[in-house]
Amino acid sequence: MTDHAVRHGPPVVELAGVTKEYPGGVTALRGVDLTVLSGELLAIVGPSGSGKSTLLHVVGTLDRPTSGRVAIAGHDVAALSDRALSALRSRHVGFVFQSFHLVPGLSARANVAEGLLYSGLPRAERGRRAERALARVGLGDRMDHRPHELSGGQKQRVAIARAVAGEPDLLLADEPTGALDTASGRSVMELLHELNEDGATIAVITHDQEIAAALPRRVRIRDGEVVADARNPEAGAAGTEAG
Amino acid sequence: MGRRSRGRTRLTPPRLTPRDVLHAGSAGLRSRPTRVFLSALGIAIGIATMIAVVGISSSSQAKLLRELDRLGTNMLVATPGQSMFSGQDTKLPPEAPGMISRIDGVESVGTTGDVAQSVRRSENIPAGETGGIALKAVKDDLLGTLRAGVRSGTWLNAANGRYPSVVLGHVSAQRLGITQPGQQVFIGGRYFTVVGILEPVPLAPEVERSALIGWEAATGLLGFDGHPTAVYERSADDRVAEVRGLIARSANPRTPGAVSVTDPSAALQAKAATEGAFSTLLLGLGGIALLVGGVGVANTMIISVLERRHEIGLRRSLGATKGQIRIQFVTESLLLSGLGGLAGIALGGAATGIYARAADLPWVVPPWAVTGGFAATLAIGTLAGLYPAVRAARLSPTLALQAA
Repeated sequence: MTDHAVRHGPPVVELAGVTKEYPGGVTALRGVDLTVLSGELLAIVGPSGSGKSTLLHVVGTLDRPTSGRVAIAGHDVAALSDRALSALRSRHVGFVFQSFHLVPGLSARANVAEGLLYSGLPRAERGRRAERALARVGLGDRMDHRPHELSGGQKQRVAIARAVAGEPDLLLADEPTGALDTASGRSVMELLHELNEDGATIAVITHDQEIAAALPRRVRIRDGEVVADARNPEAGAAGTEAG
Repeated sequence: MGRRSRGRTRLTPPRLTPRDVLHAGSAGLRSRPTRVFLSALGIAIGIATMIAVVGISSSSQAKLLRELDRLGTNMLVATPGQSMFSGQDTKLPPEAPGMISRIDGVESVGTTGDVAQSVRRSENIPAGETGGIALKAVKDDLLGTLRAGVRSGTWLNAANGRYPSVVLGHVSAQRLGITQPGQQVFIGGRYFTVVGILEPVPLAPEVERSALIGWEAATGLLGFDGHPTAVYERSADDRVAEVRGLIARSANPRTPGAVSVTDPSAALQAKAATEGAFSTLLLGLGGIALLVGGVGVANTMIISVLERRHEIGLRRSLGATKGQIRIQFVTESLLLSGLGGLAGIALGGAATGIYARAADLPWVVPPWAVTGGFAATLAIGTLAGLYPAVRAARLSPTLALQAA
């Protein structure tokens, strides 16, 4: 554990005793404690209905917990207005979705630049960063392609470029390989590994044990509780679930 | 490094530039051109109707005003009024035209005097059938004073005025079936030769319905008593009020009360004012069309919000505030109705142009109607977009993403 503290920076995500109840008595999270340090690559893994989607929303500040403390990049979410939360998301959190959510009529470059629309960066700078991010994910030669001209894996790379273009403190990937075939899925996971090696903090939310096993840290969720939090410094090399 | 140092800064969402707002607001429209066309069409029809209603009535008015400008508002007519005591029609004294022409400021005078004879196509038509055509003896510069023109043939002059020659107003020519000079009409037991037919005379409709003969011919051939029935005078524009006060006394110094003085251009001015007052009913119809168009835009916007829950969720996750989502959808609605408004202005202007060309009117679309119409579309766009925009902003960012 000690060498983690050396390799990783300050906490990006701090959850303490977080519960989430929905109207109608459904409890999605029951006292979750979770800390993610800067530079970590972790899987939040669990079957459907385990509460991992709710956890994604809470960590992504798309939803507020019923009780407990949530701090993202040092900001206590409970103290922030909706406007401030929006600003927090635009600066500190990047999302990658299972179904990509690209704008159909726009080129890859425009889609990535659209992700920076709310960052406050000038238009020209948004375009430059979009190109840099696309080059980073290996789509330097596909900048002017529209989503329907791209394969599934390429679409997800565009979505990842959009999420990292603003250099967020935290990248949240919700089932990033869920809509992809095995080969594309593997290359997307490789990309996430590479981004992590460059310093990005990435949380992958998945139900896929195999994907989770390939990541250095695995947080297992069941019935709204963290049931296991395992680290494997040999990032993915072991391919086992040893804790 | 830089990344962490941002962490402690205050979290204030940056403002979007107007260009970015426009960009975000038009994104939804660009991807659905057919829907944009159809929902803007409603607004366009409403605005086009209103612009055309206002434009056509303004064009008609402009024509009348132009006509009025040509005819001038500096002409007055002296006619015999009714005697104050007996209630009988009086007559103007024969020297009235000369007296009026000597008033300071009077530039020209024209005189007509009614002759009690019927004008008929031939002797076979009974004397009682006048066809509503009056016979008038004329002298002085009648044509010039009325600013009337001869459509065909010539006007009465010193030569033909002594002989049985007649000039017809265009209405009387039509009623008599006379199409060109040279034909003859039967007056007072003899045939008169038609030497000319007049253009319409808007300032003196009574002349249009008359047959005009020379003063000498009337006296010599038909026993005309030489009393004028109407003296038309034209004065300088700035002397009209003054002249008006002097006419009655000059025309009939003994009983000035028995002279009535009128301004024929007043009737034309009143007509121009009525033409300008466009049909409220049609304007109301345009308003209803506009309202229906607005409902169409609101409907489109609501559907758009429902369909784009993902996009809204995505934008929220990218850091859009509720306010930024609201402004995006209001902008979209404004663009939609604004497009309709512009198309409507173009359509309404074109419809006015086509009508004006067909009816030989000047093409006039008042700027206030254009700005007013466009302002109305923007108001409708804001109203129609507000509710859907508020709904869009209220969508939970998570709900919007879950509905995959």
